[in-house]
Amino acid sequence: MAREKSSKGNAQALFHSLRSAYAATPVNLKIIDLYVGFAVFTALIQVVYMASVGSFPFNSFLSGVLSCVGTAVLAVCLRIQVNKENKEFKDLPPERAFADFVLCNLVLHLVIMNFLG
Amino acid sequence: MAAVATMPVSDLLKSFKLKTKQQELLIRVSILCLVYILAFITRLFSVLRYESMIHEFDPYFNYRTTLYLTQNGFYDFWNWFDYESWYPLGRIVGGTLYPGLMITAALIYRILHFLRFAVHIREVCVLTAPFFASNTTLVAYFFGKEIWDTGAGLVAAILISVCPGYISRSVAGSYDNEGVAIFALLFTFYLFVKAVNTGSLAWSLASAFGYFYMVSAWGGYVFIINLIPLYVLVLLITGRYSMRLYVAYNCMYVLGMLLAMQIRFVGFQHVQSGEHMAAMGVFFLMQVFYFLDWVKHMLSDTKLFQAFLRITVTCAVAVGTIALGLGMLSGYISPWTGRFYSLLDPTYAKDHIPIIASVSEHQPTAWSSFMFDFHILLFLFPAGLYFCFKRLSDATIFIVMYGLTSMYFAGVMVRLILVATPAVCLISSIAVSATVKNLTVLLRSKNKGVQTGSTKGSSSSKASSKALLDQSQPFQKNGAIALLFGAFYLLSKYATHCTWVTSEAYSSPSIVLAARGAHGNRVIFDDYREAYFWLRQNTPPDAKVMSWWDYGYQITAMGNRTVIVDNNTWNNTHIATVGRAMSSYEDEAIEIMRSLDVNYVLVVFGGVTGYSSDDINKFLWMVRIGGGVFPVIKEPDYLVNGEYRVDKGAAPKMLNCLMYKLCYYRFGEMLTEYGKPPGYDRARGVEIGNKDIKLEHLEEAFTTSNWIVRIYKVKPPNNRW
Repeated sequence: MAREKSSKGNAQALFHSLRSAYAATPVNLKIIDLYVGFAVFTALIQVVYMASVGSFPFNSFLSGVLSCVGTAVLAVCLRIQVNKENKEFKDLPPERAFADFVLCNLVLHLVIMNFLG
Repeated sequence: MAAVATMPVSDLLKSFKLKTKQQELLIRVSILCLVYILAFITRLFSVLRYESMIHEFDPYFNYRTTLYLTQNGFYDFWNWFDYESWYPLGRIVGGTLYPGLMITAALIYRILHFLRFAVHIREVCVLTAPFFASNTTLVAYFFGKEIWDTGAGLVAAILISVCPGYISRSVAGSYDNEGVAIFALLFTFYLFVKAVNTGSLAWSLASAFGYFYMVSAWGGYVFIINLIPLYVLVLLITGRYSMRLYVAYNCMYVLGMLLAMQIRFVGFQHVQSGEHMAAMGVFFLMQVFYFLDWVKHMLSDTKLFQAFLRITVTCAVAVGTIALGLGMLSGYISPWTGRFYSLLDPTYAKDHIPIIASVSEHQPTAWSSFMFDFHILLFLFPAGLYFCFKRLSDATIFIVMYGLTSMYFAGVMVRLILVATPAVCLISSIAVSATVKNLTVLLRSKNKGVQTGSTKGSSSSKASSKALLDQSQPFQKNGAIALLFGAFYLLSKYATHCTWVTSEAYSSPSIVLAARGAHGNRVIFDDYREAYFWLRQNTPPDAKVMSWWDYGYQITAMGNRTVIVDNNTWNNTHIATVGRAMSSYEDEAIEIMRSLDVNYVLVVFGGVTGYSSDDINKFLWMVRIGGGVFPVIKEPDYLVNGEYRVDKGAAPKMLNCLMYKLCYYRFGEMLTEYGKPPGYDRARGVEIGNKDIKLEHLEEAFTTSNWIVRIYKVKPPNNRW
């Protein structure tokens, strides 16, 4: 009983401290996080749809899911490069990081469009 | 002494009013240019000795498809169904080949034609491999520069330009996937290491494209897609992970996987095959790992974080194992295929897949092969490993892993020495460069010590340390000079050995044989091409030729006739049918041949010339492969006391089977060597057992001038009364 309460208390404390720490992040990073969340959510919807309907044109399913996963991953890379707390990337201008992000997304979506079938 | 020696050169360079940095750049660029040219011209021996032609067996298929591509365009090539091979089955060429090589050659051909150089596609095909070998030396230079410094890069370029392990598969005329694939492999690895070092998305994108080129070029891309995740795992475990690693691996994996799936032959293997699951596993592991790292960074309280860590790790591991288990049990994730499984368990192929075991390139490597292909690099490799461990960085960890894994695989299969060659050259170059650098520093510092010792002469600690150097100076100076001479001697011996090996061992076209006549003059046996051109000009265009699968590609490319089986070996039962036909008595064989619509049978026979790679020596493999599918063929029937013989004491089934009859027809009357009875087989060294051979259902159509290739026509069935 006491353990349950302490673990519940632990979970709440964890949740609260995470929330407060996250609120301190700058706005541009929160926008990127929102985009990542949206992409992952879309990928999950596609997987659920595939599970219910079947995966017949498998290349279409793969291209849809991988486009979501790919753009999420690229957005996370952008977040890493733009985040001022990362010492390794302090010499990288954020415009260059964004340009790389756009280029990679362009290539990703061109390949996706070829793969959709 | 070294300073005195370089004075005239530096004076000359000073006369151009160049600063030291520019002098160094000039020297570097000129060395690279010379190495580029060297790598190209050392591969041209066979073009100079024979003529510009395609070698061996597999390159003929690549040549035929490139010809088709240049004549019919990309769309027809991508959707090509070839009805001229695997007779009644045909082959979907567009979906069963790696198009990188053909597209590269066709592109070079188009560029040359655009510049108004009217070359034939065959010349482009013959010279593609040396051209890409030159490009590989440049990539090796940049890679060495990334791992260690420019000196190591230069030495790496020099070593790889002449290394026999690489030359063996990239001489002029060897128009095979490996010629382009090794360039793509090294390029991909270089771009990936550059991406990990800089953490830039642009370099990761470039490495994804490099990986795409590698996937399009060779089936050995599986090595890349397993080595890179292993490397990431090692970095994660040793605590060297960083944000740059995340950016590099994720971008390369997702984009590389998508690009790779555009190749029809690869298809969905990246998500369905067991060989590719390591990359996906590491991908998910990275997401979890970096997510936890981010949470740890946000939370200030470690106890809460421990709780969170425990929950997440247990969830992730549970989900991962359930997914993997479900995938493997349900068969959705296919297990490791035979070709790659035999790398992990070398005895697997001998028992289960005789076709893979029969290829001579797939045998385990002997030490002599290692010495032959690597020479001094064999002992410079451990020395280089020592240097890499002394100065560990992300890049050196990568090259150490590449070297060790590729050396393991090179020990399992002779063919894979090729994959180990770039790693061995790079690591050895580190050893050479670091050693030579240390020795020359010793030589140079002693000179400075002499000057400052004479000018300063006070008892400061600096002067005393230089004086210390001066005291032991005589031994150091002589030792350094002796070691430098030793290094120079070793490297020159390496260059001599490599050139000799290239000239003697790796420059034979295999399709044209050469020997020394009685008076020392060179005798050329051009029987293969003679036979194929006879086929092309003297048989009806829709004739079907049955032969052992080794010659299939050459027959379709040069003879332009339909074959029953060829080197693609994708259908084991079909090959076993041909093997059964060759091993049966003539009456049973004619039934099989009539069912396959065979018009001509082609056999290769080396009894007159002493050529030992003929069909009689390969015959036991035909028996084994045929017997693997049709139990009516039993190997002991053809052996006498476990021994394979063709003379009087041979087994009766051996003396009367179709292969024996076709090879030795009319051979009993032939005098092959002075002082030996007629019918003396020079390749086996015995007099044959069955000299009086009569053929009932076949008739001899053509035998080449040295009896190497023999073609028989299948007679139509007799008229009924």
